[in-house]
Amino acid sequence: MGLFLYLFCLSGLVQGAEPPSRFPKPEFETGYVQPLTQCPAPRAAYLEWVDVGVLAGALALTAWLAIRKRSRRGILAMTVFSILYFGFFRRGCICPVGSIQNVAASLSSTSFLLPWTVVLLFLLPLVFALFFGRVFCAAVCPLGAIQDVMIRRPVRLPRVVSGALGLIPYLALGLAILYAVTGAGFVVCRHDPFVGFFRLGGTVTMLVSGAVFLLLGIFVARPYCRFLCPYSVLLNWAARFAARPVTITPDECVNCRLCEASCPFDCILPTTPDRPPETRPVARRRLGWAVALVPAAVMLGAVAGFAMHTVFAAGHPVVRLAGRIALEERLQMREYTLESEAFRGTGQPLAQLDAEARAILARFRIGSTVMGGVLGLVVGGQLVGLALWSRRKTYEIDNGNCLSCGRCFEYCPVGRPGGKGAGQDHGN
Amino acid sequence: MKTLNQNLTRREFLRGIGRYSLLGLLGWLGLTLGRGLRRGKGTEYVWQIDPEKCTQCGRCATACVLSPSAVKCVHAYVVCGYCNLCGGYHQPNTKTPDTAAENQLCPTAALRRRFIEEPYYQYDVDEALCIGCAKCVKGCGSFGNGSLFLQVRHDRCANCNECAIAAQCPGEAFARVRRSRPYRLRGGVA
Repeated sequence: MGLFLYLFCLSGLVQGAEPPSRFPKPEFETGYVQPLTQCPAPRAAYLEWVDVGVLAGALALTAWLAIRKRSRRGILAMTVFSILYFGFFRRGCICPVGSIQNVAASLSSTSFLLPWTVVLLFLLPLVFALFFGRVFCAAVCPLGAIQDVMIRRPVRLPRVVSGALGLIPYLALGLAILYAVTGAGFVVCRHDPFVGFFRLGGTVTMLVSGAVFLLLGIFVARPYCRFLCPYSVLLNWAARFAARPVTITPDECVNCRLCEASCPFDCILPTTPDRPPETRPVARRRLGWAVALVPAAVMLGAVAGFAMHTVFAAGHPVVRLAGRIALEERLQMREYTLESEAFRGTGQPLAQLDAEARAILARFRIGSTVMGGVLGLVVGGQLVGLALWSRRKTYEIDNGNCLSCGRCFEYCPVGRPGGKGAGQDHGN
Repeated sequence: MKTLNQNLTRREFLRGIGRYSLLGLLGWLGLTLGRGLRRGKGTEYVWQIDPEKCTQCGRCATACVLSPSAVKCVHAYVVCGYCNLCGGYHQPNTKTPDTAAENQLCPTAALRRRFIEEPYYQYDVDEALCIGCAKCVKGCGSFGNGSLFLQVRHDRCANCNECAIAAQCPGEAFARVRRSRPYRLRGGVA
C-alpha cells in the first residue's frame, strides 16, 4: 500500500502537480480526533507600549540624574539597568538607532509597516536631546551602555584624528537611509556589533567585531558611539541646541583645570588665549578660503557619490540577483545559486527582473549622489568650523558630542558639600 | 562683563531658534508618519514565512540569530494524508516504511509518527528538536500534500528589526505581517 502511494506521488511529481491534496483526507473509523495545529502567540502588543514607556521613563530619570541631581552613580545605575533591560531582556530590538531605517523606509514606501511605538522610539531621544542633551547616550542606549562600562584607560585622540573619524557616522547615516529607502535592507542592524552579546549568540563576524569594539573601548572610550553610530549624528545636532544640557560645574567656572582630563570623550573644551593666534586679515582670508571650499567640497562629494552608486547598489539583493542571472545567461551556466534557482522557480520573466534592477539602480544613482553632496557639505562645514575662532574664558562642554555621562561632575570642586553654590545648576 | 552677557544672550537666542525649528521639524516628521499610520500602517508587526514562496533552501536553520533557529516545521493536520510511507518522514529510497533511524529524513528525529488505524499514521513535530532545515518540507511538498511547512514560531522569535534570515532568504518568502494574524498556515487554520 505504502509503496503504491509512493509511486503514485512520484507520478504526481512528474506531472508537476502542486500540493495540496495529492492524497485525500482519510476517513477515520476509530473516532480519531484530528489535533489542531498549535500557534503560540507573539509578544502582546501592549508590551511594546510598555517598552516605549520604559524608554521615556529611563530618559526622564537619566535627565534628572544628570542635570538636577548631578549624580554619576545614579547614571551608572541607569547604565546597568539599560544593559539588563534593553539589552539582555529585550535582546536589543527594536532600538532608536535602528528605527532610523524603519522611519526612512516608511517615508519612501507606502506598504512598509511602521508601528506607532517605533515612531515614538525614534522621536523620544531626539526630543529629549533638544532639551537636556544626549541623555539617551548617557545611560539609556544599550549599545552605549555596554561600551561605557568598558572604559578603563581612555586615551586622548589628536583632534585631527577624532575630527576625521567623526565624519564616519555621517556616512553610516547616509548609507542607512540609502539602503532603507531603496529596500536593500537595514545595514545598521546587520552590522550591529553588540546585539550578538545581548542575544547570547550570533554570527562570527558580529561577535568578533563586538569583541574588538569592546576591547578597543578600554582605551578609546565608546568607539562605536563616537565614530560609527548613525543616530549620533541626529542626537549631536539636536543636543547643540539643548535648552538645559549638563554642565561641568553647578555654578560659575573658576578655571581650576581639574576637570580638564576627566572627560574620556574629549568633550571638554579648554579655555583659549585672550587674543586669536593670528591677525584679523589673516583669519579673514583663511575663513574666506574655507567658505569658498564648501561648494567645491559639495561638488566633489556629489561626483564621488555618483561614481560610487553602482558599488552601493551591489548591496541590493535584486540588483545582485539580476547581475547573477545575466552572468548565467551569458555564460550558459548550469550551476545556479540558491537565489537564481529560486528566481527561476517563480517563472518570472527575465526582462521584468532586469527592469526592476534598473529602476533600483536609478534610485541609487540619485540617492548616492545626494548623499555624496551632503557629505561634502559636512566636510566643508567642518573646515569652516576650523577656520572660525572664538574665545572661551571658561571650561565649556562641547554639547554636540557630550554624552552626558557625568564623569566630570566629581572633578569640579565648585558646589561640593559645604562649597559654593551646592545644589544649583545654572551657568555654562 | 556687559559685552559677555550680551554675547551669551545672542547665542542663547540663536540656540532657541535652532531648538524650536528642530522641534518643529520633528513634529512635522511625526505628523507625516502619523498620517501614514492612520491609513492602516500603524500596526505592530512580526516576521513570517509565506509557505508558497519558501524554496526549502535550508538557510532558516543557520541564518537565524537564535540557535536553534526560531523557524520550525509546522504540521497542518487538516492537509495531511496520514500516509504510511511519508515523503516528509522517510528517506526517498526507503524500502520499508517504518521508524528505523536509517529511514528517517529528519536529521534530528524531530518528526515523530504514531499509528492511528490501518493504514494511517499521525505525524507530529517536536519543536524542541526541530532546527528548521526544511528537509521534511521539501519531501512533503514533492511527494505529499505539503502539510509540512516552515513558520516563524513567535514564542521563540526575537522579532529583530531586520530578520537575519529574511536578509538571506533566496525566495523573498519572509515578510512583516500584522501581529493580529501572525501565521500563514496551509489549510486555512489560524
